[in-house]
Amino acid sequence: MELVRLTWKSLRQRRAGASLTVFTIALSVFLLLGVERVRTDARQGFASTVAGTDLIVGARSGSVNLLLYSIFHVGEATNNITWKTYEQIAAMPDVAWTVPLSLGDSHRGFRVMGTSRNFFVHYRYGRGQPLDFDRGGPFDDLYDAVVGAEVARRLQYKIGDRIVLAHGLGGPASAMHADKPFRIVGVLAPTGTPVDATVAVSLEAIEAIHVDWRSGVRLPGVGGNAADARHLDLTPKAITACLVGLKSRLSAFAFQRAVNDYPEEPLLAILPGVALGELWHLIGTAENTLRIISAMVVVVGMMGMLTGLLSMLNERRREMAILRAVGASAGTVFALLVVESVVLTTAGAILGYLLLYAVLVLSHQYVLAHFGLSLDVAPALSEWGLLGAVMCLGLVAGCIPGWIAYRRSLVDGLQVRL
Amino acid sequence: MIPWGAVPLLTCRDLRFSWPRTNATLTIRDFQVGQGERVFLCGPSGSGKSTLLGLIGGVLQPQGGELVVLEQSLSVLTPARRDRFRADFLGFIFQQFNLLPFLDPVENVMLGCAFSPLRKVRAMASGGTVRDEALRLLVALGLDARILERRGTGQLSVGQQQRVAAARALIGGPDLVLADEPTSALDAATRDGFLRLLLAECARHGAGLIFVSHDMALASQFDRVVALETSPSRQMEA
Repeated sequence: MELVRLTWKSLRQRRAGASLTVFTIALSVFLLLGVERVRTDARQGFASTVAGTDLIVGARSGSVNLLLYSIFHVGEATNNITWKTYEQIAAMPDVAWTVPLSLGDSHRGFRVMGTSRNFFVHYRYGRGQPLDFDRGGPFDDLYDAVVGAEVARRLQYKIGDRIVLAHGLGGPASAMHADKPFRIVGVLAPTGTPVDATVAVSLEAIEAIHVDWRSGVRLPGVGGNAADARHLDLTPKAITACLVGLKSRLSAFAFQRAVNDYPEEPLLAILPGVALGELWHLIGTAENTLRIISAMVVVVGMMGMLTGLLSMLNERRREMAILRAVGASAGTVFALLVVESVVLTTAGAILGYLLLYAVLVLSHQYVLAHFGLSLDVAPALSEWGLLGAVMCLGLVAGCIPGWIAYRRSLVDGLQVRL
Repeated sequence: MIPWGAVPLLTCRDLRFSWPRTNATLTIRDFQVGQGERVFLCGPSGSGKSTLLGLIGGVLQPQGGELVVLEQSLSVLTPARRDRFRADFLGFIFQQFNLLPFLDPVENVMLGCAFSPLRKVRAMASGGTVRDEALRLLVALGLDARILERRGTGQLSVGQQQRVAAARALIGGPDLVLADEPTSALDAATRDGFLRLLLAECARHGAGLIFVSHDMALASQFDRVVALETSPSRQMEA
């Protein structure tokens, strides 16, 4: 206890240098924990992009490919599923619900997704959260659209605004479906998933805006009028993919086999969790790089502390001789420097942690809204491990000046050398 | 020839110490200090005066010979026991820079008891609390404790610092005080005042004193003068 008191008073005397050291360690701990937090939450957020959906069914391609275009809206589907097939899948006895997805159009850089109202009921993300409406509600009329949080924020849309969809996935020369404008009836709350960057309309609407299109070209004269289109048969001919919920998860593999062996057309059913895992594995090297960099930063912080302790050692030779004279053992001198290092590291770790906590609390909403990343404010178990590792590193670092002072105090005797 | 009672405070016999990486050797044939005796130890620079104090303090280990303090042979003790022994029975005053700058003067005096429960008990027996005893000693050494308490250690003059150091060496009644040229940084007037008070306090506590100095003008105030000689192998006989 005497040692801690002496260390504390000694550090207070050198408070400018000591607080700089503490601050360096705090920043490195902040970075280490911050990277870890973002990493785990990004992974968590990624893995929970689709929750509650047992299978995703699309035309036969690769499982990662299907996941990418159906859920992440990256790339394009190689093929479609016919409406008849979709109806047969939906009618299979194990199936509790299905959500059809029809992709291929865009609106000012955001993907347009044709779906049914089931989407708002059954799509789950995160820990099973359902979609929430920030304003308005699901589409009702043929020309109603629901926009994701990011679409609304970036394009400053509000309920009642009229928008025009573009044919295809954008690009300078895209043809517009200008003859059939949509009205925004709902804005979704942020989810941190690709839904935020999506404009959702009904499948019938997708059908309606394409009635007079053949092979990407508009043919004049066939149901060209927005009002006329309402009277046509708007049953879709094909969809891109569908989400499937089963009555029992136990039948997932049997259902998957049944779909994959579907005789009418080549289909692929994937378990979203497995495909997400495969995809994360592909991009996971980036997270290891991040971890290595943040570990390096901690080592640099420790080096900073070590430099401080070592450069102070000469000035403190006198202090050590005095302590030896009043009866301190060489071991006490060693312990004094180790305690000092541990005190500095502990203070740095606590400050770094508080810094992270403060930043998380303050930035939680902002990060969620802008980056779609839901950062967890509560500490994760792995972070205690990292903090422990930092403390051990501080302890080991303190042993170096401790050992030097120990050797010195044995050689110096009781002479105050300067 | 020790006129100070049957049991000497300190006995050195054929004590040998070699500095690492040099050929120089300090040899002390026979040197004794009686209980409460005040010895003036002089000798040229490099004759091993500070080394002798380090040996007596148990911080340096002799290569041979006998060193007995208070009937305890230091060479048979473990390093930890020697540290404890030093904390319990010895007081040190250095030439200068005696004080820890991050403690106030009174705390610096109390540091004399920090590593010794025995000294703590003795200080409390004398002053009530360790702090009271520290204040009492400071007053006895001519310092106004009330002013000191409000001042940082760094603001003290060298003379005041040496008095604080003397109080630290004396707190808790050590049996032997070792002073390594404590007056060499002081001017003549301060020096005489400091020495007078130091001798008086040692006498009052019954503590022996080994006072290392070049200043032969001070020698007359001691019971005995011992000179360390320089020679190829430094030898000394009391």
